[in-house]
Amino acid sequence: MNGPHDMGGVHGFGPVVPQADEPAFHAKWEGRIFALALAAGRAGQWNIDMGRFARENRPPADYFAKSYFEIWLAGLEAMLAQRGLVSAAEIEASRPLGEPRKVDAILQHDAVEAVLSRGRPTERPASAPARFARGDRVRAKNIHPTTHTRLPRYVRGRPGTIERLCGCHVFPDTNALGQGENPQWLYTVRFDARDLWGAEADRTLKVSVDAWEPYLELAD
Amino acid sequence: MTDVELRVRALESVLLQKGYIDPAAIDLLIESYEKKIGPRNGARVVAKAWLDQEFKQRLLAEPAQTLASLGFAGMQGEHTTVVENTPKLHNMVVCTLCSCYPWPVLGLPPVWYKSGPYRSRAVMDPRGVLRDFGIELPVETEIRVWDSTAEMRYLVLPMRPRGTEGWSEEKLASIVTRDSMIGTGLPQLPDGMAR
Repeated sequence: MNGPHDMGGVHGFGPVVPQADEPAFHAKWEGRIFALALAAGRAGQWNIDMGRFARENRPPADYFAKSYFEIWLAGLEAMLAQRGLVSAAEIEASRPLGEPRKVDAILQHDAVEAVLSRGRPTERPASAPARFARGDRVRAKNIHPTTHTRLPRYVRGRPGTIERLCGCHVFPDTNALGQGENPQWLYTVRFDARDLWGAEADRTLKVSVDAWEPYLELAD
Repeated sequence: MTDVELRVRALESVLLQKGYIDPAAIDLLIESYEKKIGPRNGARVVAKAWLDQEFKQRLLAEPAQTLASLGFAGMQGEHTTVVENTPKLHNMVVCTLCSCYPWPVLGLPPVWYKSGPYRSRAVMDPRGVLRDFGIELPVETEIRVWDSTAEMRYLVLPMRPRGTEGWSEEKLASIVTRDSMIGTGLPQLPDGMAR
């Protein structure tokens, strides 16, 4: 979706303000919501792309008004409600208002270390040869899906060069919709800043995105 | 308590009462990212690469396996690439779409990394961003910005500063800042030592 999360090249946000000696979490609740989201994802069996879409799929004014972990909270509430695990009314009441649903997996203390150190690799065996090769000139498609996608707006329609083949990876656009992993070749595509931002752009700048094959076409 | 604190507390309480979470797992997840998984991991990798050419070549050629051999693998670091700064090239990492970041080596991202100012400008005006961090690169230095739009994660290998010859791995690691591994900073020599 052309959502508020897609920020590359947007003006008006002001300067970057680094903070010295920043802690992992700035308040106790930030740590709680971070951990609850990781653990509840296990019980709810949603995938990372569904989780991302739940966070970014909101009105821009709401997205910008919320802090990062407030967006995590909103995304988690949305996922839990969609799956009938926890309703907004239950959160307001601070207690269950019905029987819990049976869930397949609960993240137990003893499994945390293994879950973190294993992670969730997204590379899959390829079912077809890669369409593009290193050095090919390609163009990011000018597409505007209303659902989850990882092709940022600032590269759409722009020409770039295939720099690297990253293997075949789970395709977020279908995975977020529950339509399967549908693995696709993933490429690092390098763009000259002038092809992104025009003749006045920094001549020393190159920008790359990692783009799945369905996002790309051969440049004419 | 603020509204958001109350809401998170209520949500946790419902999740617990419904049996969807193990509270000990929640505590351990938080503790892991507060105490164990942070930028000191990445700093160790960088210091090792500065000292050991053979390790550095392996790190650049087979980053995932090499990082895993040090125990820095897993969640949000499944497919990590290490990009090397040189006198001609400066690398910077961003996630314009949200907050993708190599957790096993850097921990969780700082607020500025996840914020509008950085996400909007890193891909368009990285020199301006660097000035916000007090850094001015030579005009001829090539800048490469890596937008983490997939599950590939990026760790910048900064240049070793002059004047650090003969330093131990531990002493070298102490000058490798988190920002220098994102590309918004440079290794920080102690006060009184020129760069």
